[in-house]
Amino acid sequence: MGGYGDVQLLRDDGLRLDGRKLDEMRPVTIEAGVLPAADGSAMVTHGLNVAVAAVYGPMEAHPRKIQRQDRAVIDVRYNMAPFSTSDRIRPGYNRRSREISKVTAEALESVVLVERYPRSKIRVEIEILAAEAGTRCAGITAAAVALADAGIPMRDLIVGVASGKVEDTVVLDLDKAEDNYGQADLPVGILPNTGEIAFLQMDGDLSPDEYNLAMEYNFKAAAEIHEIMVDALKRRYEGGEN
Amino acid sequence: MGWSVAQNGEKEMSNGQNGAELRLVTPGMAIGPVAGKRIGSGAIAQNDTIIATRLGWTKEFNNTVSVDPINSAYMPRSGDLIVAVVAEVRNNLWFMNINGPFQGLLPMSLAPWKVEFGAARQHMGIGDVVLARVQEVDECHNVVLTMKGVGLRRLNQGTIVNVPINHIDRLRGEGNATVQRLRDAADSRIIIGENGRVWIDGDAEGTAWAREAVALTQASGHKTTFEAELSALEQNAPKKGDA
Repeated sequence: MGGYGDVQLLRDDGLRLDGRKLDEMRPVTIEAGVLPAADGSAMVTHGLNVAVAAVYGPMEAHPRKIQRQDRAVIDVRYNMAPFSTSDRIRPGYNRRSREISKVTAEALESVVLVERYPRSKIRVEIEILAAEAGTRCAGITAAAVALADAGIPMRDLIVGVASGKVEDTVVLDLDKAEDNYGQADLPVGILPNTGEIAFLQMDGDLSPDEYNLAMEYNFKAAAEIHEIMVDALKRRYEGGEN
Repeated sequence: MGWSVAQNGEKEMSNGQNGAELRLVTPGMAIGPVAGKRIGSGAIAQNDTIIATRLGWTKEFNNTVSVDPINSAYMPRSGDLIVAVVAEVRNNLWFMNINGPFQGLLPMSLAPWKVEFGAARQHMGIGDVVLARVQEVDECHNVVLTMKGVGLRRLNQGTIVNVPINHIDRLRGEGNATVQRLRDAADSRIIIGENGRVWIDGDAEGTAWAREAVALTQASGHKTTFEAELSALEQNAPKKGDA
């Protein structure tokens, strides 16, 4: 949300700079089971974003102080590769990756049936190989598919999507320019089958009407992404019972 | 605000009423209405609808709807015969890697030898493989193993092959028929641990063939062509008595 007012983000014909309509999502592809060493894995490309998620466990939680006697803990590590953006990112944890790891873990905890695995840990590694705005949403979507691929019991597949505001107009799925120079960003984690929201963040300001429209866009996109997620999982095991 | 996507759930509902039909479901997908049905593993009830919680195949048996997961971690149950690996040794017990989320504990009192306090290392060290049975699992997932019982012992030779948990039944076959065929053809000893570890002990050729057969059973055990594929593989089995 750079807020530079002089950057034109909508064309005169009402379309966005990359030619998308206001409620049009960037192309999304998902592949499940991309990492043979992991218990479950997935790769999501969302526009120019590339996110890979790997799930390990459930395993015994170490150190023991992090164990919960009545449930599993979900340990998420979100990381952007140094080469994921045009400016090299310094490798390792930073404030932003810590925050995203935390909110992602909390979102996943609300869908995973953690009470099935007391005292254990489920490790989720999210690596962003290429970034173009919306990496936390791509990461959450990848993590959900990887968890399902690992056979972790869940209430639903959580879908990460975002809408925002540019030039006083609500748009779906911000790209890099819109994210940098737009007025608001509203990433959410949606449970498509129940319509519940597992996580929601808002950067910038939206009026109640704008918020409602942004959420409408988000739910529409979530339904589309959910179908791609289901298709990816089915494709991995197509050709009979495995 | 009442937003709900639920497209997949609604679409799949009608299919769910077909009963025994086997179909692939993903977490959150509606299997069918709860009405009159019991809910088995891999599924939960939500608003009068049975929802899958795992990626797997739906199954209806004895009016119970369940999901057979495609992948799952080994969850130990009392009485399971398992192949365990020593992970840690203490003065009076061993911690065993049982290929599950939790380590199993083998106290010296349940070892097959008379073990003096402090002498556990003399009997088994880290990395040793044993055939053990799950004695007890409590609600906190503390797993106690025993090696007291017929056939339970340290495995000093042979090789271990890991198999996904959901393929164990397929490998075993009806009344152990499949595994017996593999034993005969490979002229090897084969023991299937419930924890997804298969112990194979034979000569190099037999072991290699058994590995191949285990892989085939995993890949095609559910297909109608399996019998023909296994018979074809048996033609290449090492001949008994060849050394």
